[in-house]
Amino acid sequence: MAEDLLRLEGVHTHIGQYHILQGVDLALPRGGITVLLGRNGAGKTTTLRTIMGLWKPSAGTIGFDGRAIGGLPTPDIARAGIAYVPETMAVFADLTVRENMVLAARDAPLDGARLDWIFRLFPALKKFWQVPAGVLSGGQKQMLAIARAIAEPRTLLLIDEPTKGIAPAIIEAMIGAFDELKRETTILLVEQNFRFAASLGDRVAVMDDGRVVHRGAMADLVADEALQARLLGLSLDTHQ
Amino acid sequence: MSAPASPSASPPPAGRAVIVETLPRVKTDFLPVLLPLGLALAALPLVGNASTWVTLTVAALAMGMMIYLVASGLTLVFGLMDVLNFGHGAFIAIGAYIALTVLGPLSGWVQADSLGLNLSALGLAALAAMIGTGLLGWAFERLIIMPVYGQHLKQILITMGGLIVAEQMIHVIWGGDQKAMALPTALRGAFVFGDIALEKFRLLAVAVGLVVFAVMMLVLNRSKIGLLIRAGVENAEMVEALGYRIRRLFVGVFIVGSGLAGLGGVMWALYRETLTAAIGGDLMVLVFIVIIVGGLGSVGGCFLGSVLVALLANYTAFLVPKVALASNILLMVAILMWRPQGLYPVAKR
Ligand SMILES: Nc1ncnc2c1ncn2[C@@H]1O[C@H](COP(=O)(O)OP(=O)(O)OP(=O)(O)O)[C@@H](O)[C@H]1O
Ligand SMILES: [Mg+2]
Repeated sequence: MAEDLLRLEGVHTHIGQYHILQGVDLALPRGGITVLLGRNGAGKTTTLRTIMGLWKPSAGTIGFDGRAIGGLPTPDIARAGIAYVPETMAVFADLTVRENMVLAARDAPLDGARLDWIFRLFPALKKFWQVPAGVLSGGQKQMLAIARAIAEPRTLLLIDEPTKGIAPAIIEAMIGAFDELKRETTILLVEQNFRFAASLGDRVAVMDDGRVVHRGAMADLVADEALQARLLGLSLDTHQ
Repeated sequence: MSAPASPSASPPPAGRAVIVETLPRVKTDFLPVLLPLGLALAALPLVGNASTWVTLTVAALAMGMMIYLVASGLTLVFGLMDVLNFGHGAFIAIGAYIALTVLGPLSGWVQADSLGLNLSALGLAALAAMIGTGLLGWAFERLIIMPVYGQHLKQILITMGGLIVAEQMIHVIWGGDQKAMALPTALRGAFVFGDIALEKFRLLAVAVGLVVFAVMMLVLNRSKIGLLIRAGVENAEMVEALGYRIRRLFVGVFIVGSGLAGLGGVMWALYRETLTAAIGGDLMVLVFIVIIVGGLGSVGGCFLGSVLVALLANYTAFLVPKVALASNILLMVAILMWRPQGLYPVAKR
């Protein structure tokens, strides 16, 4: 098998005095969607933030695309080819949808053909192009947050709970978009909505208490209800 | 942008729900703009005399522009990196002293009866002041601010310390005595219309302030750097996650902000026609009120707040001089009770 695109080995992260990640091991091959599951507080968001350099790992190594990125400043990690869609979406509310996208295209001016493709994935963005992002609905903000991550081709997308608090109809539309996205890029998706995760994921990793406690193919987890119950308990379906 | 098919014209993909989306209403918030207008109108009957009212109002607008020049950099510095810089006032005095130094050898131009030569002298002095304070701002950021990112108490202490050191340095370089800052010939006096007198320098100050405000709004709204600054004020972390170095942006804003404070200092010294190392003090109290009233990080709010605070300061100084400063503190309290984040709150994460 080819070298992994992303590889975390024994990653520890402290936030203040709290020891949150306690030795995370995770490997993502190139292509496809890996879903990161786990109950509330398991450390999923902290894992993404640590990859992104928003928390500095206190131990362990993070390799991406053949180089060590652990401890690098966040902008350097972004420029290595990783895009991040945080749990909070973090769209710039005072800026219009267009201005949000202009900033997301950091290497060159926005590309027309790519923009058309993004508009096909998320038609609402075209409609609200000149509207301040702050007035969009939750689902529209989520679409903008994802669109911002793909304004230019990136090697890896880190996406944190895109379905949280989003209307079911928009979640359906999102599944279609992710299906298309995973053809051009690799995605690490944190998700608590198991149905959504199961319909998209190629691989799955489950976290608990700051560690990865299970890794495997999504299909295997979907087929094995006993494993689901053991790893995920009942918390997942109640979350959506 | 050429877009052949509108999204509503393309059929929704099979199996997906059609989502009906209405255009959200964008509310433009003009209410705060009415405040200075209302205040000016309310003051007219109290002042009683139209020509006095005009004089007071123009003086206030001129003062408001100087406050704005100083405050705009400070509000962005806070908005971008949560840095509380109590040393900002130092750039007011230093800018004024640099201008004084440059105007010395140019006294021929200053005293010449020619608007062109007068303005050239002032322009050169202002430019030197801005470059000087901008460079000092850069050094100030490296030496004093950078070591205390994210630590508010230390920021307050060390930037106040920086202010004291700067004032002492002024004493050492320029001496501790009060200096006279003469207005160039063509800017002395007033244009008189009937019984209304408009002082020339005040009109110049208003013009300079308006130009700086317009340029700043243009940069913030139309350039990518400006968009990054606005985005960074909202959520610096996300700007970094998009691959931009927020610190570089911050240093740039700090330098420009220091330069503008220097320009404000030149104008302020010319306005008062005298100069001491403590010249920034009076202005800084109003500057801090303004950035709080306007909404920390908001340039538009800062502009409006400057006008409002200066109007109130001038009207009360005329009507009830004893409460001039207290009136502005009351104004701040009242506005914060109405809008706890200031007139134009910045959407902070
Ligand atoms: N800024 C912080 N300061 C202190 N503790 C934090 C901070 N952020 C997260 N934590 C703690 O770290 C642990 C992991 O949090 P994290 O947000 O990574 O979990 P998560 O798996 O993303 O959970 P959720 O499903 O609720 O999003 C939690 O116990 C949380 O309380
Ligand atoms: Mg989380």
